[in-house]
Amino acid sequence: MTEHTPAAAPHWLLGRITWDSIPMAHEPIVLYTFLATMLGGLLVVAGLTKFRLWGPLWKDWICSIDHKKIGIMYMVLGLVMFLRGFADAVMMRLQQSMAFGESMGYLPPHHYDQIFTAHGVIMIFFVAMPFVTGLMNYLVPLQIGARDVSFPFLNNFSFWMTAGGAVLVMLSLFLGEFSTAGWLALSNLGAQNPGVGLDYYIWGLQVAGVGTTLSGINLIVTIVKMRAPGMNLMKMPVFTWTALCTNALIVASFPVLTAALVLMSLDRYVGTNFFTNDLGGNAMLYVNLIWIWGHPEVYILILPCFGVFSEVVATFSRKRLFGYTSMVYATVCITVLSYLVWLHHFFTMGSGATVNTFFGITTMIISIPTGAKIFNWLFTMYKGRIRFTVPMLWTVGFMCTFAIGGMTGVLLAVPPADFVLHNSLFLIAHFHNVIIGGVVFAVFAAINYWYPKAFGYKLDEFWGKCSFWFWLVGFWVAFTPLYILGLMGVTRRVSHFEDASLQIWFLIAACGAGLIALGIASFFIQLFVSYLKREQLRDVTGDPWDGRTLEWATSSPPPQYNFAFTPVAHEIDAWWDMKKHGYQRPLAGFQPIHMPANTGAGIVIAGLSTLFGFAMIWHMWPLAAASFAATVLASIIHTFNYQRDYYIPAAEVAATENARTQQLAAAHV
Amino acid sequence: MRKPKEPRRLAWPAAALAAATALAGCSKAVVLNPAGDVAAQQGQLVITATLLMLVIIVPVIALTLFFAWKYRQGNTEAEYDPEWHHSTKLELVIWSVPLAIIIILGALTWVTTHKLDPYRPLDRIDAQRPVPAGLKPLEVQVVAMDWKWLFVYPEQGIALVNELAAPVDRPIHFKLTATSTMNAFYVPDLAGMVYAMPGMQTELHGVINKAGVFPGLASHNSGAGFSGMTFKFHGLSDAGFAQWVQQAQTEGKTLDKSTYLQLAKPSERDPVQRFARVDADLYDRVLNRCVEEGQVCMHEMMAMNDRARAALPADQCTPANAPQTIAALERPAASLAPQAEAAQ
Amino acid sequence: MSDTHTLPAGAAAALAPRQYHLAHEPHPENGTALGFWLYLMSDCLIFAALFATYGVLGRSYAGGPTGAELFDLPLVALNTAFLLLSSITFGFAMLQKQHGKVGGTLAWLAITGLFGLCFLGLELYEFQHLIHQGAGPQRSAFLSAFFTLVATHGLHVTFGLVWLVVLMVQIAKHGLIRENQRRLMCLSMFWHFLDVVWIGVFTFVYLMGVL
Repeated sequence: MTEHTPAAAPHWLLGRITWDSIPMAHEPIVLYTFLATMLGGLLVVAGLTKFRLWGPLWKDWICSIDHKKIGIMYMVLGLVMFLRGFADAVMMRLQQSMAFGESMGYLPPHHYDQIFTAHGVIMIFFVAMPFVTGLMNYLVPLQIGARDVSFPFLNNFSFWMTAGGAVLVMLSLFLGEFSTAGWLALSNLGAQNPGVGLDYYIWGLQVAGVGTTLSGINLIVTIVKMRAPGMNLMKMPVFTWTALCTNALIVASFPVLTAALVLMSLDRYVGTNFFTNDLGGNAMLYVNLIWIWGHPEVYILILPCFGVFSEVVATFSRKRLFGYTSMVYATVCITVLSYLVWLHHFFTMGSGATVNTFFGITTMIISIPTGAKIFNWLFTMYKGRIRFTVPMLWTVGFMCTFAIGGMTGVLLAVPPADFVLHNSLFLIAHFHNVIIGGVVFAVFAAINYWYPKAFGYKLDEFWGKCSFWFWLVGFWVAFTPLYILGLMGVTRRVSHFEDASLQIWFLIAACGAGLIALGIASFFIQLFVSYLKREQLRDVTGDPWDGRTLEWATSSPPPQYNFAFTPVAHEIDAWWDMKKHGYQRPLAGFQPIHMPANTGAGIVIAGLSTLFGFAMIWHMWPLAAASFAATVLASIIHTFNYQRDYYIPAAEVAATENARTQQLAAAHV
Repeated sequence: MRKPKEPRRLAWPAAALAAATALAGCSKAVVLNPAGDVAAQQGQLVITATLLMLVIIVPVIALTLFFAWKYRQGNTEAEYDPEWHHSTKLELVIWSVPLAIIIILGALTWVTTHKLDPYRPLDRIDAQRPVPAGLKPLEVQVVAMDWKWLFVYPEQGIALVNELAAPVDRPIHFKLTATSTMNAFYVPDLAGMVYAMPGMQTELHGVINKAGVFPGLASHNSGAGFSGMTFKFHGLSDAGFAQWVQQAQTEGKTLDKSTYLQLAKPSERDPVQRFARVDADLYDRVLNRCVEEGQVCMHEMMAMNDRARAALPADQCTPANAPQTIAALERPAASLAPQAEAAQ
Repeated sequence: MSDTHTLPAGAAAALAPRQYHLAHEPHPENGTALGFWLYLMSDCLIFAALFATYGVLGRSYAGGPTGAELFDLPLVALNTAFLLLSSITFGFAMLQKQHGKVGGTLAWLAITGLFGLCFLGLELYEFQHLIHQGAGPQRSAFLSAFFTLVATHGLHVTFGLVWLVVLMVQIAKHGLIRENQRRLMCLSMFWHFLDVVWIGVFTFVYLMGVL
């Protein structure tokens, strides 16, 4: 928020923190946000204290290595950060609907630039990624008939690293400022950006990036090594296939982001010349590196969402997914091709016609397997018996919305067309079209679909439908004007316009944002109302939708160990096959179950890493050295712990299973 | 719940199509209806590509809504075939029809990307007229600064800040660079945009077919003054252009190295400035980042590197390149500090 | 993969009721080796990005010194020898581990560590010498890329050495239990991986920089 003040001599302990670093002292918006956050925080603390929840919070959640709890924590993180990301969007819409001619709006450019940067960074790294990771974490072990992931401690640690990155980004709101360089730091490349903003960005992403990469490794090994007997790769649920491909993309792309950010950090901290304008630096190198990561990243976001829709459409059409094999091949094709398209993000950098053509054509080729997927969902609906539950509504909404977003993408893939539309509001409309229509719609579908599994009761259908309709209409009202503005030659990241005739479009877009806000409000009301009505909405069978995959074989919520006996799969849609053959749950013969133990080491090491990031941002060198050493030391100490597991006694398993037997009997199942 | 309001939903693709066609005629949608031939070809491509893809998209959306309605749970008359999940024929169609469209689009991409390469000199003024033999393009050198545009006309010997002009129907050849950070030069009516980057030169060819005043902007965010980095592009008759050049020549200001260095300091929303005289090598120096005294020009540095690689260390310093070599050797001390002279 | 998961031939007959769960607890194969390989590949990708950076910027001398002027090939050869020897000694340590000899394993690990320290020491000496000459990482993009690539490798060796010491303590304390054997195998992969990367470094950076 502060304009860059000349650097005072750094303090030996506090680095470059000064009183000026606290923006709320002179920025009313930040001050109100701070007060609201403090109030909310105090309420949460008061609630936890009053209901004596600190113990359970620490033992059962923070230290949990249970993939289900970690999955839920990722979703909560995503939801919390979504509120800030959306607030940023609203602020941008407001500014852009008032800043014309004489009126400069209410946000000076330096502040506006931070808001669009924060909006992008938060939505991609701290909303979409946690949502997608949370879903994969929760569902994959259940879908493959396993008890947990391959590396449960690493899973917990990965979550806390992601949370650590989010903490740094949130902290930038109250101490210092955030980056103004856009979500990929492409703005102002080569020029000086000496403030803390870009450092908050770098360290927030580096800390979270470690978590994401480790999570990717974890899920790949889980899928490869821990599938139930009989479940070979071509019998896995499609969501698990998309999870496998997504995590392969993660492991094979995040290291490039790490490297690119390290090089940028070296330019800033050591004075190297990777991306400077002089002494041999080359800013185009940064653009290439960041997009070599950046394009696989958007496929990381969308592939699990395709998996969600595959599951939902099959269940609610009461029909097996059409073209399973070609779905799998399409997913793998998309995974491989996503590495061959990155230059389409900068056709206008002057790489020459042949290079541009190559990347344009590879980009178009990706639309073929993607189109095949849409057709496969379509033909799953064909000759089905479709129930229009909330998840199915989201799915149909997605199919229509995403198709148009994909179309505008292929349009932008033609280099000469991109020359007139690059970086315009048309581009903004395109990627929001595919991300909202694809990722956000999928997350809401997934939440409505799997909420009963996770919490034991369904979500209220009325408020769910309200949320859907507000989102669907709101999205189109918010972004169609942006397509039009792009065709009128308007570019992105602008905080003030001369041409007042554009204002009407921005006002319409702002109305769309308002409708989306109602959609978000409806969602939170849905959560609240469902909680109040939970006994009415209770799911006692564990299979409220007549599902097809193994997660529906467990109780809702599943016991800690997921399956009392490891299931054996014979067909695709293993649970459907079991139901068809009249499978009965075994009622006796329970064995002790080998489980990993909870630990606080994850949050401790992640916390120390976050502290290290904070110290590096503010040039607090003694603290940086100390926290780095402490991180390494804590990790070493953790490796001296060889006792990381325990057995659930057979009697306890029996008791849990008997309780479920009684529940099922009471429901006359 | 029954699926309501299907007709209204089916109207969306139709509405989108109508909107697109309406916009094409609407003069505000400059991308689809620009005043310059290159931009017109690019806008046409936008429409052609869209129509090609609608061939798939419209049926897909229509079928989605149709199947959603026809196979809803309440409609017990529709056939229900829960075990039907594979059809080789259908798969062939599903993969080959989009493939066919992409092949067409790919061929179109190859041809148009080469034809509309910003570095390629124009061979036509508009759809009806090729470039007359012997017509030399108008040379304009562009420097993107914080946060304004400097346009140098080497042929006419003038320069302007935040105002550009060209005669109608004469091809323009832009050479672009920047001072501090990545920028993008865009006149929507003229031709597509191209990046302008420090220490590097990009090129753009365009031609304006109508007289008028057209907006120009920066289309890559470059910092706090980015929103104000706009300018006006004037399409003028030959006589009007000559008059415009003359106006600059009578203003009397000189753009030499020291004036340039003043100009390069950060400023926002600068009013139009005109320069009657420009140092002949100014643009080259800006491109090679050696406007200031004591800076080694980039092309000299690269030549030194080539000599250094070919020669033994002892030959590195010759009478010919002594000043530059000494300057470069004296730079290490200065270069250890982060670049302070970049604009911020 | 599929072979370990399919049931014996006769069991899937439509007549006999299918077995849908296992009566006894299966023990899935331990995923540590695969997981560590995946981590190594991600690390390899970081090095690949740094090699690519060196490829792009490696001739941008900015009028400053070139590789031919700076690199002391005999020193680099000595360094390379230390690292390659350390890989061999690690191999000897693994052989001792196969035979269950704690003492032998620890001895060869210690020698490996010493060679690693020599490597690091020489590398630090080289860096210090370059910086003293005014050829530090700030001088040009070429030098920035050089220092970053070589130093990243050196940092990995450093972490490897810390890990080596910790593992030696753990083996001394608990012996060659299965968990420690798994950790040794991971460290072994890590160490050899760093060796391979170094071969890439001295080929593309040092040898090709001088020739």
